[in-house]
Amino acid sequence: MKLLSQLINGLNAGSIYALIALGYTMVYGIAKMINFAHGDIIMVGAYVVWVAIAVLKLPVSVGLIIGVAACAVLGIFIEKVAYKPLRKAPPLAVLITAIGVSYFLQSASLLIFSSAKRTFPVSFDIPAITIGSLVVPGQTILILVVTSICMIALHLFINKTKAGSAMLAVSEDKDAAQLMGVNVNKTISMTFAIGSALAAVAGVLFASSYVYVYPTMGSLIGIKAFVAAVLGGIGSVPGAMLGGILLGLIESLSKTYLSTQLSNAIVFGILILVLLVRPSGLLGKSRTEKV
Amino acid sequence: MKLKKLLSLTLIASTVVAGTVGCAKKDAGGDVFMIGGSGPLTGSAASYGISVKQGAELAIKEINDAGGVNGIKLELNFLDDEAKAQPAIAAYNKVMDEGADAILGTVTSDSMLAITELTNEDGILQITPSASVQEATKYENAFRVCFTDPLQGVTMADYAVETLGYKNLAVLYNVADNYSKGVATAFIEEAKAKGATIVAEESFVTDDVDFNTQLTTIKAAGADALFLPVYYQDAAYIINQANQQGITLPLLGSDGWDGVLGQLEDASLANGGIFLSPFAANDPAENVQKFVKAYQEEFDAVPDQFAADGYDGVYIIKAAIEKAGSTDSAKLIAAMTEIEVDGVTGKMTFTPEGEPNKSAKLIEIVNGEYQLKQ
Repeated sequence: MKLLSQLINGLNAGSIYALIALGYTMVYGIAKMINFAHGDIIMVGAYVVWVAIAVLKLPVSVGLIIGVAACAVLGIFIEKVAYKPLRKAPPLAVLITAIGVSYFLQSASLLIFSSAKRTFPVSFDIPAITIGSLVVPGQTILILVVTSICMIALHLFINKTKAGSAMLAVSEDKDAAQLMGVNVNKTISMTFAIGSALAAVAGVLFASSYVYVYPTMGSLIGIKAFVAAVLGGIGSVPGAMLGGILLGLIESLSKTYLSTQLSNAIVFGILILVLLVRPSGLLGKSRTEKV
Repeated sequence: MKLKKLLSLTLIASTVVAGTVGCAKKDAGGDVFMIGGSGPLTGSAASYGISVKQGAELAIKEINDAGGVNGIKLELNFLDDEAKAQPAIAAYNKVMDEGADAILGTVTSDSMLAITELTNEDGILQITPSASVQEATKYENAFRVCFTDPLQGVTMADYAVETLGYKNLAVLYNVADNYSKGVATAFIEEAKAKGATIVAEESFVTDDVDFNTQLTTIKAAGADALFLPVYYQDAAYIINQANQQGITLPLLGSDGWDGVLGQLEDASLANGGIFLSPFAANDPAENVQKFVKAYQEEFDAVPDQFAADGYDGVYIIKAAIEKAGSTDSAKLIAAMTEIEVDGVTGKMTFTPEGEPNKSAKLIEIVNGEYQLKQ
């Protein structure tokens, strides 16, 4: 029973990792870059919702929509300003720029909102499900449902729509896709928008689970989600889901049965192990690529 | 590099000491005695530092309004150290550069450990309002207003086992924090010595936000109560998540809990929680009520124990100056063991080891408010 409860805890954290890992993996698949600012978009999303609901006193549903929309726009904006000019630059330049954007977002929110932890105004009061002595918190159920919906929708979008096919084509070969009449710029913008919107959803789920919003909230979870994306195979959408869930489970089980102190070390140890043994990840296509 | 810094520090310190000796010789009324210090004014422990600073400001205002100490006016120079080691060293160097005559700080244990050696080398009187780690007062120039970590752990263990009759206890603490670890270790030892069983000993590290795994383990362990020797922000996270998981164990805490209600959207979640504190704002004692009233007028807030510690810290320095009849650092330090201060955190004297002799109070959270437990 304890094991089962711990697995549920792992699913809870893992679903959020998966949602964030989707953003990493989509951007990598299309733009062939690791968007290290992705974790901080979670934070921006949470703050936008906080401002909309706690400061401007807008209804919760409106606040959530504004949060998701703002992050989608921010994603497109960051791509246009920071990454697009570097599309022909060496990968290292793009990587450093992404880290720069990440610091920019964190420092900007530190200046605007200060380092004080704010109480997130949205809590979803969903009753817990009790089966015997097993309690599944309502929040966990919500996270699982929302994450599943997002993943299924994304899967359908990529595989069943024209825009999704364009994304697949661009990720296969940018130049060939352009020759075939795919608008590469539009497709990349769309990818950033979708990835960032998912980050906003993750930000809302994260902040409502753990109650507080603060400028560095996205950094650790962003890195963990990156590990999840690598574990599952960066560039692969099902891989991101699998990697996220697996990482959550591993983290929870290592905290329970090994050591709470070492749980982060174990998580990052996995990253090293994957890179050594199977650099393309569990579900990734193996092809030589420089990151 | 380090040597150079130490050298320059010592130089600065000697000029400062020389300077203050010079001041003390003059008996003019216009002298100023600068109390330097640092504490977290930003970051996740900001509530502590801001409280200490405001408490100290209030005490200094009262003392100066009444004519100062032996005609000397007090001045506060209190900087932000984010509760971290490096900023604490920088802040200390800065206040010393600006001519501090005594140090009120630091507020938290880790930054205290970072500067205590420096203050000892400079030979300056250092009063920490609230750094409770055992080693904070290992040098003879350092004294503290609050209780030590081990003492807190022992007191809470005795209370949990003997007074409340709990037999199976769970502990959840921050293994990366000296304060949390110190209280937890002493609690566990004492509880075992008193015949209780520690059914779960779980830990986390600084900046963790997910405590679900540890709480699930604790829940399954069949504990009677959960002891949380943690800072208020962590306590708030844990209380929220315990509530989400449907855990209704009685909670016990250490003095870091002070401020937890301000972090909870629904303060009633902490109802029944009992923690140790040297100060309660609803203590009927006359000096406490006078302090609470003055503090409310000045800052529009109810003072917590950190404000009280900062307030008492200034009055302790005042008593030391009066006893020593001088502002010379060595004389002030010598005077510390001879003074008795009737502060808002209790009547206290100091041992040569730097520890206060005073009694502990327990605070219970009732209807979402702190209440002094008799």
